[in-house]
Amino acid sequence: MAHVGAHVGAALMLEVAFRHRFPGLALDVAFEAPGGVTALFGPSGCGKSTAINAIAGLLRPDQGRIALEGRVLFDGRTNLSPQARRIGCVFQDARLFPHMTAAANLRYPSRWRRGAARDFDRIVEMLALGPLLARRPGTLSGGERQRVAIGRALLSGPALLVMDEPLAALDEARKAEIMPWLERLRDEIRLPILYVSHSVPEVLRLATTVVLMRQGRVTHSGPLAEILADPELAPQLGAREAGALIRATVEGREPDGMIRLATAGGPMLLPEPDLPPGRVLRLRILAHEVILARAAPQGLSALNVLPVRVTRVEGGLVQLALGNERMLAQVTPRSVKALELQPGSACHAIVKSVSVLPS
Amino acid sequence: MIPTDWLGPQEWQAVRLSLRVAGVATLASLPFAVAIAWLLARRRFPGHGLVSGLVHLPLILPPVVTGYLLLITFGTQGPVGSLLKPLGIIFAFRWTGAALACGIMGFPLMVRAIRLGFEAVDPKLEQAAATLGAPRAWIFLTVTLPLILPAILAGATLGFAKAMGEFGATITFVSNIPGQTQTLPSAIYALLQVPSGDAAALRLVLVSVVIAMAAVLVSEWLAWRMSARMSGRR
Repeated sequence: MAHVGAHVGAALMLEVAFRHRFPGLALDVAFEAPGGVTALFGPSGCGKSTAINAIAGLLRPDQGRIALEGRVLFDGRTNLSPQARRIGCVFQDARLFPHMTAAANLRYPSRWRRGAARDFDRIVEMLALGPLLARRPGTLSGGERQRVAIGRALLSGPALLVMDEPLAALDEARKAEIMPWLERLRDEIRLPILYVSHSVPEVLRLATTVVLMRQGRVTHSGPLAEILADPELAPQLGAREAGALIRATVEGREPDGMIRLATAGGPMLLPEPDLPPGRVLRLRILAHEVILARAAPQGLSALNVLPVRVTRVEGGLVQLALGNERMLAQVTPRSVKALELQPGSACHAIVKSVSVLPS
Repeated sequence: MIPTDWLGPQEWQAVRLSLRVAGVATLASLPFAVAIAWLLARRRFPGHGLVSGLVHLPLILPPVVTGYLLLITFGTQGPVGSLLKPLGIIFAFRWTGAALACGIMGFPLMVRAIRLGFEAVDPKLEQAAATLGAPRAWIFLTVTLPLILPAILAGATLGFAKAMGEFGATITFVSNIPGQTQTLPSAIYALLQVPSGDAAALRLVLVSVVIAMAAVLVSEWLAWRMSARMSGRR
């Protein structure tokens, strides 16, 4: 299946497999992250934070193996200190040193990590930290604090950046303020990121790979598009959010101003403002925005009708193949019966609305 | 200019000696107090309760008992005193002995205050420092210590005040020799033993009150400055 994102075929970045027992929760966590942004997704209390503490070396698991770029961090015999792991951490509560200015916080790792001093100006510029440098954490807003924390983690010269719900403590306005910085991190620095979250919008915007956790276990992991198009897994992300992500390339502009896109399922039209031809987009198609028809529909107001083939039916969610990509449609059990939907059925998917995510 | 002639030379001597004894006692015991407070706050080990009990002993024992124990341990015939004597370190009937007694009597107060400081520091900050590559000793010096500075200050103030007022253990261990071991409280005590000493005793009481108040005010001011700095108000 197609891999959404820029890290197709990248070597295994992070390998995690460990067990740990707490009173009341037994963790059995195993996943692999190929690079890019890997979202560790699950409800509160499912063990996400424990998992990243084990990866960062802040918690010694009972048993298992954790390796980063082939370097063993933990395997029972080896247990590298947090200092030796080169994993930069951004915590939900920022954890800036309250007695130091933002600048001193940012320079804290430079004594121990070569090259950090050289990157200082670049990171300060990238995260627009200049005006904050002389201030102490007590006077910074939540969003500003997180930006400084991100800069400090980057200046520790990490091989992997771990972010534990960095936006969870912020209100919507602050989240919107930080999100573009995280996207820049992903796209400009190309640093592998492990991103812990229980927010679907964050995962959708940032992740290339998703690891689903529930009650101390990894239930599934894979490329974002694959998880989103899995009718069994999609409900874990929330019923309203079920829906696939497909790749599209801008082909050109119609005389009436519509943008013509090429997708694995054929051409689609979008009322988006000017996008240059050749631009690659990710289209988010929610399951409840897709209508299925067995015969080619006539006289529709909807512009995008794609020929698809049913690949799976799980409850009211139908997985559809368009070329080598997958999407979901939400239908009632009665319609499944009436249309005799089963794997292999040929259908027409009427797409009512599409949202475009930057790629 | 403060007139200096309202205290007699022997009284001035007692004031100077008390300040020196309390200052030395506080500064010399502070590093040990920080180390013991860290041990008790951050480490679980067999004998944890025993160490805690030993530290608190001077607080619970009658000061005379502490003084006597010091005398038989650190006296020139005592097991420790006889070992130190060839090295030129003599505590018995010297001002250094007064400082030792005052330091030991103030020690539990210092440890208690500093331990509370260690317990209030969020270990997550130290973890964050570790992920940034800093070695543990560096984290202690640059993150933990600065964050507990107000507690250290409070402990030092308490220790200093206790040392200024210490009487029982000091007089038992090093006696009451003017110019050698006669601190403020011993001088007041000695003055109260003679019929004409009331006025001089009262003057020394006044000096005691002023020094104690000054110590508390300076410590409060420093603590205020630190917390203001930390919350970013200055």
